[in-house]
Amino acid sequence: MNDVASKLKQWEMERGVPVPSIGVKEARLAYAHVVISVLAVLIGALAGLMQTLIRTGIIPEVFGYYQLLTAHGIMLGLVFTTMFIIGLLYALLAKSFGRFESFPTRVAWLGFWMIIAGAVLVTIMVLANKATVLYTFYAPLMADPIFYVGLVLFVVGTWLSAFAMFRMYADYKRENPGVHPPLPAFMSIMTMLLWVIATLGVAGTILFQLLPLSLGWKDTVGIELSRTLFWYFGHPLVYFWLMPAYIVWYTVVPKVIGGKIFSDALARMAFLLFLLFSFPVGFHHQLTEPGIDPFWKFVQVILTFLVVIPSFMTAFSLFATFELRGRALGARGLFGWVKKMPYGDVRFLAPFVGMLFFIPAGAGGIINASHQLNAMVHNTLWVTGHFHITVGTAVALTFFGTAYWLVPVLRGRTLTKAMNRLGLIQAGTWAFGMAIMSYAMHISGLQGNPRRTGPATYFSDALTREWIPYHMAMAIGGTILLISVLIFVYSMFNLSFLAPKGEEEFPLAETEEAAMETPRFFENWKLWITVTFVLIAFAYTIPIWHLIESAPPGARGWVLW
Amino acid sequence: MHIHKLEKYWLVFGIILLAVFLTVLGVSAFAAGNQPASDADLVDPAKVHQTAPFDNPGLHKIGDNEYELVMVAQAFTFTPGNVEIPKGAKVTFLVTSPDVVHGFQLVGTPVNMMVVPGHINSLTYTFKETGEFLILCNEYCGTGHHMMATKIKVVE
Repeated sequence: MNDVASKLKQWEMERGVPVPSIGVKEARLAYAHVVISVLAVLIGALAGLMQTLIRTGIIPEVFGYYQLLTAHGIMLGLVFTTMFIIGLLYALLAKSFGRFESFPTRVAWLGFWMIIAGAVLVTIMVLANKATVLYTFYAPLMADPIFYVGLVLFVVGTWLSAFAMFRMYADYKRENPGVHPPLPAFMSIMTMLLWVIATLGVAGTILFQLLPLSLGWKDTVGIELSRTLFWYFGHPLVYFWLMPAYIVWYTVVPKVIGGKIFSDALARMAFLLFLLFSFPVGFHHQLTEPGIDPFWKFVQVILTFLVVIPSFMTAFSLFATFELRGRALGARGLFGWVKKMPYGDVRFLAPFVGMLFFIPAGAGGIINASHQLNAMVHNTLWVTGHFHITVGTAVALTFFGTAYWLVPVLRGRTLTKAMNRLGLIQAGTWAFGMAIMSYAMHISGLQGNPRRTGPATYFSDALTREWIPYHMAMAIGGTILLISVLIFVYSMFNLSFLAPKGEEEFPLAETEEAAMETPRFFENWKLWITVTFVLIAFAYTIPIWHLIESAPPGARGWVLW
Repeated sequence: MHIHKLEKYWLVFGIILLAVFLTVLGVSAFAAGNQPASDADLVDPAKVHQTAPFDNPGLHKIGDNEYELVMVAQAFTFTPGNVEIPKGAKVTFLVTSPDVVHGFQLVGTPVNMMVVPGHINSLTYTFKETGEFLILCNEYCGTGHHMMATKIKVVE
């Protein structure tokens, strides 16, 4: 019996409970992150539902509308996603590397507590109505300095998590020369690398612009520079949410359906391209802003669309996997595989429905990022609808489907039939609620209904009266979504404490035998980081220089809530 | 590196679509001049009300049925409000903000731009039909954000 296995056995005997299928220390760490993310979903969804009910006048304004909107965005866009992602990636790395003795536990836990401290400070400031700046905190709206300190702690905490993961990877490479690190590990490292490079932008604007402004050390702030730094972070952030979902699609879903990974090399290449193409694109969020030359906006629009290539690759690989598995099970014809998939398995169904939502979501994204089409939808509810079917459905459903096996794995319990059935109901209600809500958002957004607005009638304008039914639809969708969240929270509680003890499978697929050899240069991190920064420099140097050199007099900070 | 034959077709198909789409966008932007709002002019946000043309906001005739509508977007109003514009007029909107970032959206039209303190932003639109148009702020600017709107009346 090897060292690791004997330690696990010893642990099992001491505690009298079965061991999780990854190391105990990693399981505890990953589980702590998942617990926080489940709490964040609950709070965030409550805030979201209250918003739609206040917006339609069904309940009175118990909290400020914009305060709720800020809480909703921070809890779901920041805490839920980041915590679930870090927890999942820890588990994937631990499973891939199969050891736990050299795990950099101290750094990882320090990161965890810093993130918690940051999130708590931010939440307190929002509840105290001292930071009603929405989760995008655009200058020159000026929150309490503690809000920004909280954000800094949160980001630095995630950096520590990233460094813990980089360290695990480096250790593995050193101990296993000449071996390709497993695909999920490679993808996890790519995801955290993207996060660290992306957060440099938001850290820059908080540390050098917003925090000094709110502390009174500076009188004014350069708004366009701040917005550019924010969106340099804001778009890669979208890929930071998506890439972990892609990891599940590429490496977990094939195993769940009993198939194999279509191509290890193409999966790695797709992730590399996501890293490269995620950064030089922030201007497509700023298409309608002054002070940025249309030429540079267009350059970034072109670079934005390059991400279509890895997206096409991903779609191909996934459907190839489904088809190959379907054929192995005796399916015929082009779409025969559709009948052969395990729809009764929440580990498959939830991510699969997420993928289906991602098809219209991607099409909508192309409209948002287009040089002029953007003007029709910019800052309307269309955009809100868009990210409720991307992050809110494709990503969230994948994370839900993942949680149903991940939590039992981490807790040394099993996913029971009853919980699986509850999971199917939960995924179904989520998809149904989102379909209603996001449809209403997309349609009324196209009619000009703005996003991020409290109960508004605009002098009973005839047009805005037509939007009322859509707001009702959003409230109905939101109610269904909250029901789904409550089921999810109960399922997670059940799988943590009530489900029978045992060893749940950690589903990670193998690669097709016929797949191509993985080229070695994919793991040349120095090369790819350099190429990433060259692309960033190409897309940003001249416009940022222009923003600094011909900047207007700065704007002073404002508290308008 | 070997790539599956069908995947090659799929990627080539995708890349060709992308090239066609971007060419259409590019021609529309640079040959037909359909550019998004990207004005380069600057103004001191603390002195908006003393700086021309914002010291005299309103509708100014600059040519034959051609106008400039100078507007200040300020929490939580647009100045001037309730403007009347003759049918068929070509109107250039010039907007800035003395406080925070606002949005300027002429509902139902492609007139949609960010109003950023320190910068002037502009767009041109021709009103071909009579009727009422709603202008609203579509970027969160504080607790009164959803009250911030005005109307344009297009008359014969």
